[in-house]
Amino acid sequence: MTRDDLRGFREVQRLAYACAEAVAAQLKPGITEREAARMQREWLRDQGVRDWFHLPFAWFGDRTAFTNFKIPLQFFPTNRRLEPGMPFILDAAPIYKGYTADIGYSGSLGLNPVQDRLMSDLRVHRDLVLAQVRERRPLREIYEDVERLMTRQGYANRHRAYPFGVIAHKVDRVEERRWSPTAFGFGTQALKGLVGDALHGHREGWSPLWSPYKFSDHPPRPGLWAVEPHLGFRGTGAKFEEILVVTDSRDPEESAFWLDDDLPHVRRWAEEKAA
Amino acid sequence: MSGTTLAGARERRVRTGGIELCVAELGEAGRPTVVLVHGYPDSKEVWSEVAERLAAHFHVVLYDVRGHGRSGAPVPLRGGFTLEKLTDDFLAVVDAVSPDRPVHLVGHDWGSVQGWEFATVKRTEGRIASFTSMSGPSLDHFGHWIKKRMTRPTPRRAAQLLGQGVKSWYVYMLHTPVLPELAWRGPLGKRWPRMLERVEKVPAGSGYPTASLPSDAAHGAWLYRDNVRSRLRRPRTDAYAHVPVQLITPTGDAFLSERLYDELELWAPQLLRRTLPAKHWIPRTRPDQLASWIGEFVTAQEEPGPAPERSGAGKYADRFGGQLVLVTGAASGIGRATAFAFAEAGARVVAVDRDAEGAARTADMARLLGAPAAWGECVDVSDEQAMEKLAARVAAEHGVVDVLVNNAGIGLSGSFLDTTTEDWKKVLDVNLWGVIHGCRVFGRQMAERGQGGHIVNTASAAAYLPSRTLPAYSTSKAAVLMLSECLRAELAPKSIGVSAICPGIVNTNITATARFAGVDEAEEKRRQQRSSRLYGLRNFPPEKVADAILEAVVRNEAVVPVTPESKGARWMSRFTPGVLRALARLEPRL
Repeated sequence: MTRDDLRGFREVQRLAYACAEAVAAQLKPGITEREAARMQREWLRDQGVRDWFHLPFAWFGDRTAFTNFKIPLQFFPTNRRLEPGMPFILDAAPIYKGYTADIGYSGSLGLNPVQDRLMSDLRVHRDLVLAQVRERRPLREIYEDVERLMTRQGYANRHRAYPFGVIAHKVDRVEERRWSPTAFGFGTQALKGLVGDALHGHREGWSPLWSPYKFSDHPPRPGLWAVEPHLGFRGTGAKFEEILVVTDSRDPEESAFWLDDDLPHVRRWAEEKAA
Repeated sequence: MSGTTLAGARERRVRTGGIELCVAELGEAGRPTVVLVHGYPDSKEVWSEVAERLAAHFHVVLYDVRGHGRSGAPVPLRGGFTLEKLTDDFLAVVDAVSPDRPVHLVGHDWGSVQGWEFATVKRTEGRIASFTSMSGPSLDHFGHWIKKRMTRPTPRRAAQLLGQGVKSWYVYMLHTPVLPELAWRGPLGKRWPRMLERVEKVPAGSGYPTASLPSDAAHGAWLYRDNVRSRLRRPRTDAYAHVPVQLITPTGDAFLSERLYDELELWAPQLLRRTLPAKHWIPRTRPDQLASWIGEFVTAQEEPGPAPERSGAGKYADRFGGQLVLVTGAASGIGRATAFAFAEAGARVVAVDRDAEGAARTADMARLLGAPAAWGECVDVSDEQAMEKLAARVAAEHGVVDVLVNNAGIGLSGSFLDTTTEDWKKVLDVNLWGVIHGCRVFGRQMAERGQGGHIVNTASAAAYLPSRTLPAYSTSKAAVLMLSECLRAELAPKSIGVSAICPGIVNTNITATARFAGVDEAEEKRRQQRSSRLYGLRNFPPEKVADAILEAVVRNEAVVPVTPESKGARWMSRFTPGVLRALARLEPRL
């Protein structure tokens, strides 16, 4: 991964977060999840995004905690309307100039002290993941440690609701094509990359999906991982999602680091610390 | 309590419509005024317990309705008890005791029927600040309720109509001439106190019912005769409440169906519902709860501002709002989820655990969820003295516990021959003795208070599911199950419910901390990890158990298996125990 590559990924990740912040600022009571998802899509399109890892998602109210989610179709935006005080999560994964980002942005319409607390409590998870990846612990064990920390905090692990229960997945460069269709909300190019990784990994004993299952029982694989710990607390959910860079460097600092530290949730924690 | 007169009450007489009403006042006159109106066949003394509790914070006013207690009776009686005249009385009293501030009205039974009239007629606007209604519907709403069910009688509506029709038997009796008067002045009047005690569980003594009962009841029959037929036949169509209403519904009321209030929101736009597992005479049987709900409601109206939004948002908020709930083992798993569920229903929560940090965290998060107050307590449930101290401290600082959840428990696996005496002691100390201590110290407080309550004990599916791998654990839980059943029988007459919860395989940290007897440390660690993973795969969330616990309290259920496997095992233990015995021989490989 070259310096230029990292810059490209950083640029698209910032773009995606800028999109989430812009859309979040426009949310009003009565807006539906579909509308919020479309606003993200259009905003990013206007910035030149043509391909997606996945199309933007939006979850409102108790859907932020994936309450009663049984099948993956339930992740898709619905006609649920936003109400004052309701928590929401925006999740977008644009591909820009061949670089992929996958971000999650949590907020609420007006004050929501519960979600506020959830967001504050997510900070330690970001530190924990980084520290343990640098120790090269098996991904499955890191997953379990994150889950234990969530339980200790009094929360439920809601990333378990994602397909394969993943807390993270690999993202990569994607070839730019003139036509980039999506299937079930996922970009076919990105899916192709993921499936290719999965096949490779299967032979070599690793997986591009970071799950609680046996196929994730291996040390962190160099590459870019979109990490998305998701807390749930009785009908309120909160998550962040950002790219963790894993390299094969011997130096612990260099072996793993967050792609960007200038993100809304990180700034928020810095402000909390200062206050 | 003070006998017939209310202790420290200032009495005055108010003239209205040719008769004199006896009015009693308690508490400082400068405070918000709460007017308590009694029902039938009662006098203002029915409120003595509640008034005494409210007097510390409010200016409490009680009066004998005309024809009752020491108020004068109209002459002639016929036509002297119409709701219009009763409204005149109320306004006269209010003008006398609180000329320039609106009052908070509270009515029970016929006091509430009157209250609905006061709260819905034009001429009282600006004189009433809030209305708390218990066991007395508006006759106008009742009339519409009947009409709606008569005109389009679906099976459900017909059943509701019939149900209330049966409960109203005494109304028909009271419409017969002379006989009710004769009965009340004769044998019924004499036996009434005893009947109240036996059937309605109203505590005896304490100056209630008063000596004026026979004449109260005889005069009061005209309340029915003057109003019921006319209002039910031609209910007012404009009976909309112009004040915030708190509706307190006792679920065990023998005279009024809960269904009467089904669409009350249409008539009372600002409605707060409360439910109480009790019989009709709640001012006598549940004074603590009533005083706290009335106080809370009045204070909320007096200090308008950003009301605690989330408070009481959850399911069952009507039942648990403001109640005191104590949960043991509340630092994790089912205990913590239960504390959160009660917090969401607006209860005050005491989270007890030997992990002080975890208990404090539970209390902290419970406040965030809407508990008006929550405290974390670091106590080992197996330590008798610590539990005694805890009970004393909780009673002194927060009051008597309304719902106790004995949930703390530890896991122990391993064959009987591998299990040491130490292991046995440890598991029995927490799982059984912890429950015994909890029931003893807190159950005694509940029983002594005599105002009901509920105890929930967390047993397990292992209580009826024999297994060669869990002999000690299963034994402890089976004991908890039987203890709960026995206690339920003993405490039922004191209206304290006891439930045993049998969760089954639930994804909590009990597996990670469980002891595995007969293996070395490394193997124990491995088995803990392995069983945690298996429980994780099953992934039954503790939140669902918490929901089952709240439901068990609301419905006063005896034994509640929660997960499907727990339900299945319970069924099998009853009908095919042989199969379970065969399965018990299997040794699951971890």
